[in-house]
Amino acid sequence: MTSKIKSFDELKSVQERLKAGRDPKKPCITICVGTGCLAYGTRKLVDNFREELAKRDLTGKIDFRTSGCHGFCERGPMVVISPEKIFYQRVGLADAGEIIDKTVLNGEIIDRLLYVDPQTGEKYVHEDDVPFYKKQTRLVFGQNSKVDPESMDDYLAIGGYSALGKALTGMKPEEIIQEVIKANLRGRGGGGFPAGLKWDETRKAKGEPKYVICNADEGDPGAYMDRSLLEGNPHLVLEGMIIGAYAIGSSQGYIYVRNEYPLAVKNIHIAMRQAREAGLLGENILGSGFNFDLKINRGGGAFVCGESSALFASLEGRAGEPRAKYIHATHKGLYDKPTNLNNVETWGNVPFIIEKGADWYAGIGTEGSKGTKIFSLVGKINNTGLVEVPMGTTLRKIVFEIGGGIPGGKKFKAIQTGGPSGGCIPEAHIDLPVDFDELTKIGSMMGSGGMIVMDENNCMVDVAKYFTNFLVNESCGKCVPCREGIRRMRDILVDIADGKGREGDVELLQKMAQGIIDGALCALGNSAPNPVMSTIRYFRDEYEAHIKEKRCPAGVCRALITYSIDPEKCTGCTLCAKVCPTKAAGGVKKKAHTIDPAKCTKCGACRESCKFDSIIVR
Amino acid sequence: MVNLTIDNRKIEAEAGRTILEVARENGIVIPTLCTHESLEPTGSCRLCVVEAKQGKRTRIVTSCLYPVAEGLTVDTKSERVMNVRRLVLQLLLARCPESAQLKEMAAEMGVGAEPRFTPDKDNVKCILCRMCVRTCEKVVGVSAIGFSYRGTEKKVCTPFQEESATCIGCGACAYICPTGHIEMETTKTGDSRTIWGRTFKMATCTVCGRYFAPEDQLKYISRTADVPLENLAVCISCR
Ligand SMILES: Cc1cc2nc3c(=O)[nH]c(=O)nc-3n(C[C@H](O)[C@H](O)[C@H](O)COP(=O)(O)O)c2cc1C
Ligand code: SF4
Ligand code: SF4
Ligand code: SF4
Ligand code: SF4
Ligand code: FES
Ligand code: FES
Repeated sequence: MTSKIKSFDELKSVQERLKAGRDPKKPCITICVGTGCLAYGTRKLVDNFREELAKRDLTGKIDFRTSGCHGFCERGPMVVISPEKIFYQRVGLADAGEIIDKTVLNGEIIDRLLYVDPQTGEKYVHEDDVPFYKKQTRLVFGQNSKVDPESMDDYLAIGGYSALGKALTGMKPEEIIQEVIKANLRGRGGGGFPAGLKWDETRKAKGEPKYVICNADEGDPGAYMDRSLLEGNPHLVLEGMIIGAYAIGSSQGYIYVRNEYPLAVKNIHIAMRQAREAGLLGENILGSGFNFDLKINRGGGAFVCGESSALFASLEGRAGEPRAKYIHATHKGLYDKPTNLNNVETWGNVPFIIEKGADWYAGIGTEGSKGTKIFSLVGKINNTGLVEVPMGTTLRKIVFEIGGGIPGGKKFKAIQTGGPSGGCIPEAHIDLPVDFDELTKIGSMMGSGGMIVMDENNCMVDVAKYFTNFLVNESCGKCVPCREGIRRMRDILVDIADGKGREGDVELLQKMAQGIIDGALCALGNSAPNPVMSTIRYFRDEYEAHIKEKRCPAGVCRALITYSIDPEKCTGCTLCAKVCPTKAAGGVKKKAHTIDPAKCTKCGACRESCKFDSIIVR
Repeated sequence: MVNLTIDNRKIEAEAGRTILEVARENGIVIPTLCTHESLEPTGSCRLCVVEAKQGKRTRIVTSCLYPVAEGLTVDTKSERVMNVRRLVLQLLLARCPESAQLKEMAAEMGVGAEPRFTPDKDNVKCILCRMCVRTCEKVVGVSAIGFSYRGTEKKVCTPFQEESATCIGCGACAYICPTGHIEMETTKTGDSRTIWGRTFKMATCTVCGRYFAPEDQLKYISRTADVPLENLAVCISCR
C-alpha cells in the first residue's frame, strides 16, 4: 500500500480489490506471535513453518499469517488452520512439517495437538467450539486472529477504516459525538466515564490546539489487554483515534505507551507509517480536508503515570505527579489545553459504534454499561488468558464456563477485580452480573479489567498485604495520606500476618482507610484502601483469626503455621525428604516420615510434592 | 461575585478565589502546612481539606485549590474532615517525631500521636511540604534543590546530594520551611554561612561594615536584575 487513498469511494474499491484477491477457501495457517506465545519460543516455530513451506514449494500457495494475541495464551504456541479453523495448541517447535503434510494438505487431524478440556476430558477440533472461545463475545478483540498486525492490507481486507470513511464523508462531528453518547460508550481505563460526553466537552471547550491522547500505560500487575490490542490490531485503535479527533476538532494526538511494551511500540509505529502513506493519517485524510497526526510517547513505567494529570505531566517532560483536578482536562489538560484522554480499549470500540450504529451497540450489555469488556483472567484458574464478554456477564460464567474453574479441584474463594486497588469479591457474589455499577456497589470496581481468582489456599490478609504493598511502592509521594498512610496500613497488615496483630487493628485500619479515601490527592491514593476494605468487609473472620487466635486459616502466613506429616496417610515414599531444601522432612523409607519444626522454613515444597495429601498445615 | 456559605455563614466572594483565601479573609481558620501567599498552591499536605456541597453532591475538597462558586456550602470542621486532619497529623508526627512545630500544631488541635505507628528515625523534620523547592524555583529562580526518589523514599536535596553550584546561599528555603528542617549555620563573626552542605562567603556592607548577604547572592541579583554589583554593596538598614 503506497499510493494515497483520496476518497471514501477509493477506499471502498481498495477494500474490494483486497477482498477479491483473497480466496476464503484457500488454506491459511495462522500462528499467534503475541507476547505470551513468543515467550514459548514461537518465533522459531514461525521460521520452521516458512522453511517447511518453502521446501515443499508451497510458499504463496498456502497463506501463512502471524497474528497478535488470541487470548488463550496459556495454551501457546497456537496454530489455527483456516478455512476450517482447526485449533492446535501447545504446538511443538518441530511440528511444522507434520502439520503441513497431514492437516493442511490432507485434512488429517493431529490428535495430540488438540485441546482437551481438563474438567470434562472432552477433545475439541475447531477453535470456535473450544468452551474458552465459544462462550465469549469477541467484538473488539476478535479481529486479532484475522489480521497480521504489520499488514494494513489485512485490516483493509476485513473492512478496516470503513468507519473512518463513513465518519469523514457522511457525518458531522456533532453527529459522531451524538452517536457515541447514544451508544453510551464508557471509558475502559478505569472510571467508566461516558466517552461521548467527554468528547463533547472537549469539542466545546475554548482553546487551541486541542489534543487527543490514548492511554496505553497499563500498569496493573497481570493485566495485558491494552497491550495485546495495540500489539495485535494497532489499526483498530488508530482508526478510533482519528474518528475521535475529527469529532473533537483536534489535529494533534499522542499515544502514551509504556516502554516495557516494545512490540506494541513497534507495531503502532508501523501502523502509523502505513496509515500516513495511505492518506489515512496526516494531512487531508481521505481527501476530506481534515488533518490529524500522532506522536508516540514512551512512559517510564510508573503505575501512577496512567493517572490523567500525571500522564500529562510526564508527556510535558515533568515528574509524573498528579495535580488536583477541579478544572477538567477537557478544558485544561496537556499544556493546559483542552485534552481528551481515552483508554486503548475505549478507542478500539469506536469504529464498531460508527460502523454498525449506536442502536446496534447499545443492544449489547446492560442498562448502564454497554458493549463488551476484555478481562485478563489470571490466578487460580484453569484457562488463564484474555476474555471478552458482554457487560453484565456473571462472574460465574467467566470463572467456571470460560475460565474452566479452579485447578486441582480446589474451592473458589474470591475474585479480585479492578487491578491492585480493586476489591475482593467473595463466593456469595459469584452470580453478580459484571458491569461498572454492579462492581462499585459491592465495594470493588471495573478498573481496567484485571481479574485475579483465588482459591481456598489463599489467605485474604496476605492478599490485602500484597496489593497494599504494591501500592506503597507505586505511590508518587506527593501527598501525605497516600505516601505515609498506605505504608502504615501495610505495616499493620504485616504485623497481623506475623502474629503481632493487636485488638483494635481492624477498626484502626478502617478509620485510616476512610481518611485516605477522603484525603488523598489522586485516585491512586483514593482507591488504595480498597483491598483492605473489601477483605475486611467479606473476610473479617480471617482477620480475627490472625489477631485473636494467632492462626492463619488458609495456612499461608508463615509465622502462624506449622508443617507436620499425617502418619496415617504417609506411605514413606521419601518424596518430601527429596524436595525439602533444609532436610527438615525425612524418615525411613516405607515408614511414616516426620518434619523437624526447628529446621522447617515453611516453604511448602513438601505439601506440593506429596501425592498422598499427608502434609498437614496448621 | 458569588454567594456561598462557610460554616453556616453567608459570604460574598470574588469568583475564582480559593475556599481557603475566602475563609481566611472572613476570619475562619483552616489549618495548612503547604501554602504560602507567595507560592502557587500544590495540594500536598491535605490538612486544609473541607467538606463542600454543590447541588446534591457532597465531597471532600482541597480548600487551597478549590475555587469558590455560587451556591457552594462549605463545612470546615465536619467529622469526615476532622478524621482526615487527625490522620494527616498523626502520620506526620510519626514521620517527624522531632518537630516541635508539628507537636504544637497537633496539641492545638487536640491530636495525639497514634501509638500503633512506630516513629521514623531518618526523616529528621522534613514533612515534604515542597515549600522550599517551590520557593527556590519560583521565588528565587535558581532551582538548586529538588526531589530525589519517589513515593515513600522521596527526599528534598540538591542534585545527586552534592554541593550545588547553582545555590546562591540566600536561605529563602530555610526561612520558609515550616518545621525548621533545613539547617543554615552562620559563623560567630558572620563572615560565612553554610547551607545544603556548601559554605558561602558573606559580603560586608560598605556603610556599616556588617556582614549582610552571601557574595553569590549579590552576584546573582546583579546578573539577573542587570544592576551593577556596586549598587548592591549596601545593606537594607543603611540604604
Ligand atoms: C493510579 C492510576 C492509574 C491508571 N492507569 C491507567 C492505565 O494504565 N490506563 C488507562 O487507560 N487508564 C488508567 N487510569 C485511568 C485514567 O486516569 C483515565 O481515567 C483514563 O485513561 C480515561 O480514559 P477512559 O475514559 O477511556 O477510561 C489510571 C488511573 C489511576 C488513578
Ligand atoms: S494519592 Fe498517592 S499517587 Fe496520588 S498524588 Fe497523593 S501520593 Fe501521589
Ligand atoms: S515446608 Fe519446606 S522446609 Fe518445611 S518440611 Fe516441607 S519442604 Fe521442608
Ligand atoms: S539557599 Fe540555595 S537552595 Fe535555598 S532557596 Fe536559596 S538558592 Fe535555593
Ligand atoms: S525541607 Fe522543610 S520546606 Fe522543604 S519540604 Fe521539607 S518540611 Fe517542607
Ligand atoms: S499471546 Fe498468543 S494467545 Fe495470547
Ligand atoms: S494547604 Fe492545602 S493541601 Fe496543604
